[in-house]
Amino acid sequence: MAADGLTYTIEDTANMSTAEIYGKVLIELAEKNNDIVGLSADLAKSTKIGQLAAKHPDRFFNVGIAEQNMFGMAAGLAKSGLTPFVSTFAVFASMRAAEQVRTDIAYQNLNVKIIATHAGTSFGQAGTTHHCTEDLAIMRSFANMTVIAPADGIETANAVQAAYNYKGPVYIRINRGFDKQLYEKSDYGFEIGKAVELHPGTDITVIACGVAAYNAADAANILEKEDGLSVRVINMHTIKPIDKEAIIKAVQETRRIVTFEDHNIMGGLGSAVADVIVESGKGCAFEKVGIPDEYAIIGLPEDLQNHYGFDTNGILAKVREIMGKDFEEDEDWEDEV
Amino acid sequence: MALTEQEIQEFNKKACQLRKDTIDTVYWAGGGHVGGSLSMMEIMVLMYYKYLNIDPSKPQWDDRDRFVMSKGHAGVGYAPVLADKGYFPFDMLKEFNHTHSRLGMHLDGNKVPGVDVSTGSLGHGLPIALGLALGARLQGKKWLTYCLLGDGECDEGSVWEAAMAASHFKVTNMITIIDRNRMMIDGPTEDVMKLEPFVDKWKAFGFIVKEVDGHDYNQLVDAIDFAIAEESGPVVIIANTVKGKCVGFMEDNYQWHYGGLDSEKVTECKECIDNYYCEI
Repeated sequence: MAADGLTYTIEDTANMSTAEIYGKVLIELAEKNNDIVGLSADLAKSTKIGQLAAKHPDRFFNVGIAEQNMFGMAAGLAKSGLTPFVSTFAVFASMRAAEQVRTDIAYQNLNVKIIATHAGTSFGQAGTTHHCTEDLAIMRSFANMTVIAPADGIETANAVQAAYNYKGPVYIRINRGFDKQLYEKSDYGFEIGKAVELHPGTDITVIACGVAAYNAADAANILEKEDGLSVRVINMHTIKPIDKEAIIKAVQETRRIVTFEDHNIMGGLGSAVADVIVESGKGCAFEKVGIPDEYAIIGLPEDLQNHYGFDTNGILAKVREIMGKDFEEDEDWEDEV
Repeated sequence: MALTEQEIQEFNKKACQLRKDTIDTVYWAGGGHVGGSLSMMEIMVLMYYKYLNIDPSKPQWDDRDRFVMSKGHAGVGYAPVLADKGYFPFDMLKEFNHTHSRLGMHLDGNKVPGVDVSTGSLGHGLPIALGLALGARLQGKKWLTYCLLGDGECDEGSVWEAAMAASHFKVTNMITIIDRNRMMIDGPTEDVMKLEPFVDKWKAFGFIVKEVDGHDYNQLVDAIDFAIAEESGPVVIIANTVKGKCVGFMEDNYQWHYGGLDSEKVTECKECIDNYYCEI
């Protein structure tokens, strides 16, 4: 059951983009909670926070194309006792106004919810100025900030509600357009900081977030049928605080981990997972897949997922490659700490 | 309404003491932004001893007026005011800048009672003040938001983003004051990055502008009273001040934007301040 009691099924969300689901949830939350206000910087329509504006024009501020002022205003609104939801493209939320987010919101630990759309390469055709493959790295380096990358629309609905019920700054990155539907209904136990196991497995663990989570679950089913491989798939929707327990369990039980994300492989999900593995002192085969340290090519999002290897085929190939490698495996953990 | 002679005398006494406390704090801190702390003191005295509806025994009181120190580097001048108001013991000033102290160069609202907003990065204060003012208006709260900016920080684009928005949203419960001391770190504002025609810029952004002598209580009071009463749109008060006011060798000298003081210099500064107040 979602935190605020708003539940959805795959039928409810079938014809809605992820951002439209966000807009719908926000209106429903705002109906019950007078403290919710919205802000956008001339992207009310694109981010769907405009749905709140249409319903409650008095509780919405379109600041024009001025992100620095927007995040400063959000800090002030939060200081006055309100709960601001701020929506713009991820690239602008995380970089154009990064210092306002860090200094005005995170440093002061204010109750501001940033719902950033068009994340990763989901606006692939728009090119590098509108891609955002750095936000997870930036946002998770801000103390006090919670960072979430939902896998689909239903998870976005859960994340937005959980963010409202959580006191403190939250950054949620969602994609442009429609996401493949991973979940059939809301009540699968979403909790900030708690990973979701999408597929059980003992040979290797795939840890994914955002668009890669659906692809990973899809790949695990194929690998089970075609290769007889037992692939554990973890949807790590919360990048910070990361679910250390799930990662260490995977290290110990599968001893091979590979991460997939629509983000630069430096500083995002893969790096966050690597931190936990290295600090655990346990040996583990490990690889990160995402955008290498370069600016992504232009193209359709699904083509970019394919190009960078986090679509279903890319995940299949990477898992097969890792499973084909020689890897020393023993049961004696004592000698590795 | 014009201040009485007695009120002016009391404010002078307070400003004299707070300027000397600021000098001591710079000494204890091992250095500080002394020039801009001295230039704003008449404004600060009026804020904390006349205008702000606050209760230092309840720093988080919901209905208090908010004060945003957008020129956050003026912490060495701000902290003595808060100590004098009773937000924390005066002796805490002696730990300013020390390791593990709650008081650092740019005051942290989560550590220092009485500080409504953590500032220090320039150009951030006005957007936050605007959010506070809109938040109060939306919730039907009567409290006011005051924001004190430095003039140099008006180089920042975010100040003008907020200015545009304040007039667009017709915000009238926010009083913006600019400490126009005409000096920044690297030199005079007009040499580093020209602000003039400053009044015209604010007018063009939709503000009603009051330009006053920022060391003249009556001029400041007239302008602040006007800003509080005005209902047609936002008001900015450009307070022309002297950087390093009252300390001869610091006055109008950008080299004293930031500086350290040894005990001899502290004595000299305090003598200058006493002399200034003897003369008026």
